[in-house]
Amino acid sequence: MSDDLGTWRFRTIVATMFPILITLSVLEMGSGYVLESLESTYLDNPTLLILVPVMIGMGGNLGAILSSRLSTRLHLGTLEFSPRDEQLWTSIAAIMLLAVTVFSALGVAAWGLGRLVAEPMALADLLVISVGSGMLLAIFAVVLSVAATYVSYQQGLDPDDTTIPVVTNVCDILGVVVLSAVAIAVL
Amino acid sequence: MDARREVWRIYRESIGILGVSLLGGLFAGLVLGSDAMRAGFADFPGLLLLLPAFLATRGNVYGAFGARISSGLHQGLIDPEFEFDERLVNAVVASFVNGIGVSVLIGFLSWGILRALERESARLVELVGITFIAGVLTSIVLVFGLLVLVFGSYESGYDPDNLIGPIVTMLGDVFGVVFLYVAIVVVGVVL
Repeated sequence: MSDDLGTWRFRTIVATMFPILITLSVLEMGSGYVLESLESTYLDNPTLLILVPVMIGMGGNLGAILSSRLSTRLHLGTLEFSPRDEQLWTSIAAIMLLAVTVFSALGVAAWGLGRLVAEPMALADLLVISVGSGMLLAIFAVVLSVAATYVSYQQGLDPDDTTIPVVTNVCDILGVVVLSAVAIAVL
Repeated sequence: MDARREVWRIYRESIGILGVSLLGGLFAGLVLGSDAMRAGFADFPGLLLLLPAFLATRGNVYGAFGARISSGLHQGLIDPEFEFDERLVNAVVASFVNGIGVSVLIGFLSWGILRALERESARLVELVGITFIAGVLTSIVLVFGLLVLVFGSYESGYDPDNLIGPIVTMLGDVFGVVFLYVAIVVVGVVL
């Protein structure tokens, strides 16, 4: 094997990634533990299980959209960490609108699809669970994105390398936890 | 008024991609909620415990692979062609090792945690068997699927960077649960 492969060497890629993957898997087990502890709730209400993959991924998607906008503005030098930064509020408003749309659609779609697999839950309950946990998750995603961008800016790190992975993974972990908490409160 | 226009611009830019990822997630959810899958969760205690880790690590392994291939194309380090290339082979093999390795680890972790808590768990060989089979199958589809998509979009003039995140989430959700189900059936029959 030649040495000019640089960072494309198989060993380098695995040595860089695998420790991160181990850490993430261990953290994700926390979210799995919530799922496993509520096994009977989820298995008795299959409609709730339909929400799980979207809840795992969507918070991270929303956080990634905001983080990459913040990161770009930080690089351009136009980002101010101030409550008066209008562009910041514009981005946050867009994220919240996206969240309302996606999680309402999720509630309605899960209700429709739920009929295929079991007695569906009441549409109102499902919408409250889906939109309620979705909006909570979106708030977490916003706070995390702003905080992570601020920390990497203060530490002199490139937010492109730090904020998006951190925000996406933390939101992935929180997704199931938030969904479970809201579902228990509603049911 | 300007702020309102800007909000809608960001909204329009992102809603399509989120919609695609929503559809993938809903399909995955439908598979999870099916009678067959619920029976699998009941038969193999520990599967629900490992599910979030299994789904979430797909995004990390194959998102990193997709980003690497995309940067490699932009930098001219690799060519968008399916032929032997030392860099490409190294990146593909590393993704297989990372993806399958972490899947097996997740099976171990799930078994170990339930054991430590003195809770009921499926046998180690069953949980690791399931995550191994599901890990191998998702790796094959995601690695080659991503190469086709990234090469294809690069050659037709799109910037693959904008597509990788949502495509990985979507493919990872859909194939992740489908192959998890296949693995449950295989392990149920064989072991």
